[in-house]
Amino acid sequence: MKVLCGIGGSDDSLRALERTVDRAAVAGDELTVAVVENPNSDADVEEVAKRAEEAIEDAGIDAEIRRVEGDPGSRLVDIAEREGFDEIVLGGGRTSPMGKITIGPIAEFVLLNSMTSVTLVR
Amino acid sequence: MNDRRYPETAADRFEPPPISFVDRKDRDVEIRAYDGSAEAEEALVSMYTAFDPSDRAQGIPPGGEPRIRTWLEAILTDDCLNVIAWCDDEVAGHATLVPDDDAYELAIFVHQTYQEAGIGTRLIRGLLGHGQAEGIEKVWLTVERWNRAAVSLYEKIGFETSNAESFELEMALRLNESPDEE
Repeated sequence: MKVLCGIGGSDDSLRALERTVDRAAVAGDELTVAVVENPNSDADVEEVAKRAEEAIEDAGIDAEIRRVEGDPGSRLVDIAEREGFDEIVLGGGRTSPMGKITIGPIAEFVLLNSMTSVTLVR
Repeated sequence: MNDRRYPETAADRFEPPPISFVDRKDRDVEIRAYDGSAEAEEALVSMYTAFDPSDRAQGIPPGGEPRIRTWLEAILTDDCLNVIAWCDDEVAGHATLVPDDDAYELAIFVHQTYQEAGIGTRLIRGLLGHGQAEGIEKVWLTVERWNRAAVSLYEKIGFETSNAESFELEMALRLNESPDEE
């Protein structure tokens, strides 16, 4: 399966990265990790890309890491559709101290606009 | 990162628990602050285990007893405020304030058997009375925007919309004046 994993550095996106890499190692997915600029995350794009590199190396798989500039949600949907990806994987949102799940604006945009299947990792 | 807006003036005074009343279906109900007892915790587990999952909101209450217990353990701690609506030894509803930075997040659940009987309104007012007495200043919550009944209840109490840009509507209330703000 051709998988596009979008990460911006939030905790839930890093969890999505780990799960997607682990799955790719078992299932032989053709994985592309898109490092996006999440305005709600303080994470540095360089550092996020490095995290992705390490995760891919640890899993011993071959995967592309791509820096994606511009509006994260629309860019992910566009890349997935133009390049024939089978699935977009994103972080599943933040959990408040109360335990309530809130999905962020990137996931919200992708869910409502993507013709490609979307997985939110919980 | 937290740019939530709160109403400028503090809300009215709410009566703190215990509060006794007869609901619209003639049941005797008493609202009391959670006393930390194992019995009360077990009664809450029973209420949530029998809770209709179609009334879940953003993942809570979770499904299945083990997850319910883990969730309750996290919100029945000393730094949270919990208020229970009792009908005899049965929990009819539960409302909670959980600390989050400089404010508290509110959630309220009324079991399906006890809904639409005026219990929710009394329960949330009881929780806010408890919070006011404890000196809490700021409270926020999220609610599904289609849930007009809940939104108008929160508005009637004094909550104002603080963020309308997400899936869920975010609302906020000032419970007590802050000494450090004008």
